[in-house]
Amino acid sequence: MKEHDSGIRTYIVVWGALVVLTVVTVAVSYVHLGMLNVVVALLVASVKASLVALFFMHLRYENRLVWGFALTPLFFLVLIVVGTLSDTLFR
Amino acid sequence: MRETTWNGEQPQNGRASRGYLEAKGFWAWAYTLDHKRIGVMYLYTTLFFFLAGGVFALLIRIKLMFPGQHLFTNQTYNVLFTMHGALMIFLFVIPAIPSGLGNFFIPLHIGARDVAFPRINLMSYWVFVAGIVVILFSLVRPMDTGWTFYTPYSARTAADVTTLSFGIFLIGMSSILTGLNFLVTIHKLRAPGMTWHRMPLFIWSMYATSIIQVLATPVVGITFLLLAMERVLGVGFFDPAKGGDPILFQHFFWFYSHPVVYVMILPAMGIISEIVPAFSRKPIFGYKAIAYSSLAIAVFGFFVWGHHMFVTGMSGTAAILFSLLTYSVAIPTAIKVFNWIATMYRGSITFESPMLYALTFIFLFVIGGLTGMYLGALGADIHVHDTYFIVAHFHYTMVGGTVMGLLAGLHYWFPKMTGRMLSEKMGRPAWLLIFIGFNVTFFTQFILGFEGMPRRYAEYPAQYQALNILSTVGSWILATGILIMFANFVRGLFRGALAPPNPWKALSLEWETGSPPPTENFEEIPTVADWPYGYAGRQT
Repeated sequence: MKEHDSGIRTYIVVWGALVVLTVVTVAVSYVHLGMLNVVVALLVASVKASLVALFFMHLRYENRLVWGFALTPLFFLVLIVVGTLSDTLFR
Repeated sequence: MRETTWNGEQPQNGRASRGYLEAKGFWAWAYTLDHKRIGVMYLYTTLFFFLAGGVFALLIRIKLMFPGQHLFTNQTYNVLFTMHGALMIFLFVIPAIPSGLGNFFIPLHIGARDVAFPRINLMSYWVFVAGIVVILFSLVRPMDTGWTFYTPYSARTAADVTTLSFGIFLIGMSSILTGLNFLVTIHKLRAPGMTWHRMPLFIWSMYATSIIQVLATPVVGITFLLLAMERVLGVGFFDPAKGGDPILFQHFFWFYSHPVVYVMILPAMGIISEIVPAFSRKPIFGYKAIAYSSLAIAVFGFFVWGHHMFVTGMSGTAAILFSLLTYSVAIPTAIKVFNWIATMYRGSITFESPMLYALTFIFLFVIGGLTGMYLGALGADIHVHDTYFIVAHFHYTMVGGTVMGLLAGLHYWFPKMTGRMLSEKMGRPAWLLIFIGFNVTFFTQFILGFEGMPRRYAEYPAQYQALNILSTVGSWILATGILIMFANFVRGLFRGALAPPNPWKALSLEWETGSPPPTENFEEIPTVADWPYGYAGRQT
């Protein structure tokens, strides 16, 4: 892991972004968009999770091995979703 | 060929060097950070539940000698087979090899002084014990759902599903901690010179196992949380009456529980890959093929969960897809079996107990694996689904496979762990009884299943009685063999002949240190220049 100089400012900016995105999630839930409501909520949640992983968990400053371990579960997440949809979409 | 370099204390004047076993007393064990002691604690705990689950099995078999209701009520029967399954799977088969033998031997195999996170290791053991305590609490209103917790019944039954599933949640937590620890240990703590392709195959299989433990276990943990939320708060995830989908539970459950059968079998395969070359005095055949097939099994294992659900209401499209994918797992498994047999070909094979169990593993696991192919085929599966054919199939893979691998490993490493030898005079008859008893018990169940006897039912039509009696008699032969084997363990612990550092003349690093190893494992961390299979046997 190489040394990084993300000071307290970065953390405050990221924290601010997370608060704003939380407000967005709550606000959007009052607007009726049909299926899009779920899509927006999931998108916002994904961005927030990425911010936490990248900055608070220092993933941004890690080597490729750590990135590999961090990204692998995403593949399995896609797998469980696709596998389950192969059932529910074709019943 | 490497020579044993152990220069430490040798057995003298009939007094063994007690190595890591020197410190005595409860706290010396309860607070230990030594991976060897933690491994031994896991072994004692899991073997206790092996015996407990075995007693449940014997009771079930006695009940099934006669059709009709007798001996105990149908409800008690349901509880017995549920507890047999849940205890055997979660408290014995899953943790026994990884957490027991894996903890003990991974650092020794790679030339490390301990695992990467000794405190997390100790925590994983105590979380495991906490899980056991919670599971025992659930026996106040014992589970009757079968070990699979299928909804909607598990969401409605008066039995204490919530407590039991919380207990298993904790067991899963412990499993994740162990897997994480092993991954980091194998990446970071290998001795100088031990490249990936010089690692023992047991390490490759434990690496693959750890990947599954870390990736799959959280899914079942979350699933049990959802089930608990449904039962306690009435959220409708799985109950169709509340807008849920009961089959969703099965998807989640098997997304963990199918990969986890490879958590059970992969470590056993690793043990076989150590024992077969050592007792054939030949280099292992197809090292890389065996190593990479472990990873392939771990990955492919995630693609096939739907084959447990062919008749439970899943879509036809998904069924065809999962049936096709299921066959992919057979390929790396067959690669391993081929390579073990090719290793033995023209070797100087000797038949001490570890090798007897290793050969039994190969023989029984091939039967278990090939019957799995029947079940992967959609049409055949519909005929035998939920019959005793399934019961026989998974006992051939889990007992014939995992348990035989564990017994092979216990006999192989007993001298290293305890500093004492087991008696071959007791070991061989015990093995023979276990081999005969197992086949009499479970091969008959293949026939019963094919004739249509359903599993899980407390009663059956009289036409199935003859084979059921045979199966029950087989369970007694099996139990006798296991009792003699445990008697051999106890005798070995107290009165066994003192073990030299390397009784089997094997080449992996654990044999280069004392038996039992000192707390720090090695006087000096060894430098590795070769793979551990350079036996001077005849080359093919």
